[in-house]
Amino acid sequence: MSGIDTSAGTTTAAALALGDDALILSHRLGEWAGHAPVLEEEVALANIALDLLGQARILLSMVGDEDELAFLREERSFRNLQLVEQPNGDFAHTIARQLYFSVHQHELYAELARGDGPFAPLAAKAVKETAYHRDHAEQWTLRLGDGTEESRTRMRAALTALWKFTGELFQPVEGLDGVDWAALEERWLAALTDVVERAGLTLPEGPRTGAWAAGAGRQGLHTESFGRMLAEMQHLHRSHPGASW
Amino acid sequence: MVTGADVTTTRLEAELAELAGSVPDPELPVLTLGELGVVRGVRMHDDGHAEVTLTPTYTGCPAIEAMSADIERALTGHGIPEVRVTTVLAPAWSTDDISAEGRRKLAEFGIAPPRPHAAGGPVPVTLSVRCPNCGSTDTELLSRFSSTACKALRRCTSCREPFDHFKEL
Repeated sequence: MSGIDTSAGTTTAAALALGDDALILSHRLGEWAGHAPVLEEEVALANIALDLLGQARILLSMVGDEDELAFLREERSFRNLQLVEQPNGDFAHTIARQLYFSVHQHELYAELARGDGPFAPLAAKAVKETAYHRDHAEQWTLRLGDGTEESRTRMRAALTALWKFTGELFQPVEGLDGVDWAALEERWLAALTDVVERAGLTLPEGPRTGAWAAGAGRQGLHTESFGRMLAEMQHLHRSHPGASW
Repeated sequence: MVTGADVTTTRLEAELAELAGSVPDPELPVLTLGELGVVRGVRMHDDGHAEVTLTPTYTGCPAIEAMSADIERALTGHGIPEVRVTTVLAPAWSTDDISAEGRRKLAEFGIAPPRPHAAGGPVPVTLSVRCPNCGSTDTELLSRFSSTACKALRRCTSCREPFDHFKEL
């Protein structure tokens, strides 16, 4: 629990949850650097990762030392959604993850920005950035779903594979008490249905949770690939404490 | 200015704000920080230090540290013994904060300036973006993300030149 001010209250818990979502998805998107299908997409994914990293820095700084929190915590101390830690997979998997998360984040930040809580200033700023992330994911979903048989098959498979991680998006987060999670989920489902249908696909069926209870990521329980991702993300800082560029 | 209506700005503070605003943007040196609209104000404190409030364009903008260092250098060079730059998020910066002169300079530099905001939200789709090279409004979007977080990549269908567009935020 290095770097966490344990005396602080629910605002800390919420900042950690939202900050970890942004940090972990930023790292995953950064893994595309040098591997994206076209140069424009390489730049787009890096730009989205940078926006998320900026959000993560502000949110984690509300909790403690941002570097200690990012690089010295153990797996069980991370509070991010399991969705954002899922591996990049093929490009369709990355887009499905972006679609599920960015629609959620955009709607959540819009709601936080309307309030007067501790997250309103960041949310008012970040909601404008996430509008672009959401648009990016929606445009690619349309293109892949309405593209070739190959792209449609892959997009459908990706939406289905990640569907079981979407229940957790609407588990109430401690410290975000003013959020109407049921209404947020309704807006998310309506937006997803609209995009997916315009892409010539249908929303996956089946449960929106896995064998574990929804909310597991928020409790520090993560999926198998997360430990390996953390090892790569943290090893430089751990091997060379205090190193700087 | 973030200073409330009841707080008066001294002549020195106004002078320092102008000085901070004249610092060139580290990534777009044709623009000053004042034209970009990111310097929110300067306040002199009783212990003699100057506090400059700065707002980032994007939350993850990596240029903010270079901006802070450049402002500190400019003000200490003007005889202020201690300068502290504070970053504020609210009210959130918008491309509408870029001055008319800033927009003119962007276009002259080959970057299509941001369009004013429509009421509907941050991603306007109706107005066309003018090519900074030939002036044609016949341009198309190549990518919503370009060389920096604040720009999109477009191409002119008249002169065929690709160009950056300072996208609306």
